[in-house]
Amino acid sequence: MECNVTSESGFDLIKLSGEVDLQFSPQLREKILGCLKAGHPLLIDLAKVSYIDSSGIASLVEGFQTAKTSKLQYGLLNISSTAMQVLTLTRLDKIFDLYSSTDQFKQKLQ
Amino acid sequence: MSGNTTTDKAITIRNLVVDYGPRRILNGINLEIPNGQIMVIMGQSGAGKSTLLRCILGLKKPTSGSIHMLGTDIATASRTDIYKARKQIGVAFQGGALFSSMTVAENIQLALHEHTNLDEKTIQIMTRIKLDMVNMLEAENLMPSELSGGMAKRAALARAIIMDPKLLFFDEPSSGLDPSTAAELDQLILTLKKGMGMTIVVVTHELDSIFKIADHIAVMKDGNLIETGTPQQIIASTNPEIQGMLNRKPRETIVDTDAHLRRLTGGF
Repeated sequence: MECNVTSESGFDLIKLSGEVDLQFSPQLREKILGCLKAGHPLLIDLAKVSYIDSSGIASLVEGFQTAKTSKLQYGLLNISSTAMQVLTLTRLDKIFDLYSSTDQFKQKLQ
Repeated sequence: MSGNTTTDKAITIRNLVVDYGPRRILNGINLEIPNGQIMVIMGQSGAGKSTLLRCILGLKKPTSGSIHMLGTDIATASRTDIYKARKQIGVAFQGGALFSSMTVAENIQLALHEHTNLDEKTIQIMTRIKLDMVNMLEAENLMPSELSGGMAKRAALARAIIMDPKLLFFDEPSSGLDPSTAAELDQLILTLKKGMGMTIVVVTHELDSIFKIADHIAVMKDGNLIETGTPQQIIASTNPEIQGMLNRKPRETIVDTDAHLRRLTGGF
């Protein structure tokens, strides 16, 4: 898994690629919670995720709950069909805010 | 949750023989289980289904033959290699096999505590995701003794999939369940295949369930694999033994009670 964090105007963007599994999800969790602790809205790009297991999904869920508590915007961008299948199975597709472009997320911040 | 695969077969079994003393239990089994599909192993009691399952899981060393599962030859692998392969599989046993002193959630989390260093919050969320998948979120704090038969099976399934295994084995999922609960469990197995891309091996003799869930069926009798194929191929089989199993009818309702009484008592 690769996990790159960049600061955009008004929010942080995490770009994920590869396989998010038991081995790498702790790293993802740390990055997500780090951005939120700093008080930054967060967008997570999943376009290049080829596989995500339930530990990865759990990290996304924990981030969502943390963002909600901290009243920060939090969204998932470019969900791959693999990731979408898992979100649908776990009924989380209805819970997360899903975006197809960073501009959509920026509009939400305004 | 659909991992990469390097071959189109999750399991390949070649010439598998198991002897218990002078008795031959499995007699040269050859079977291929495709990735991402549901294989049902069916047959009556004593056919050798459970022994085959035990061999695949590395719990029983075969007398001869090979079992390649996710790239490991289980029949000849060291304990360490079998242990590694087992991390990629989940098993839901017939009776649930839940630890009676632990809550449902604790039972489900056990493997995560044993095999990972995940944060407790991650473990909790993963547990609840799996409980939600099997429609048992409300039961996380119940003890196994408080569960119905169907709930115990669903809890066992949640425990079997907690590590997102590539391969799931389910031993007699419908046995002892009422038809409606059995149908729910069948649906759940289909959902797991579709949503998680799992390869699922189900051992059962419940005909209703078999034809609802199977992509492929392997029919066993007296330690032999007598037929393999899709459900349509099995139904169309001209093998009289297969037809005998498929046309098995429930015991006749007693119409002539006097005759039945005479049969039981000898007519004294």
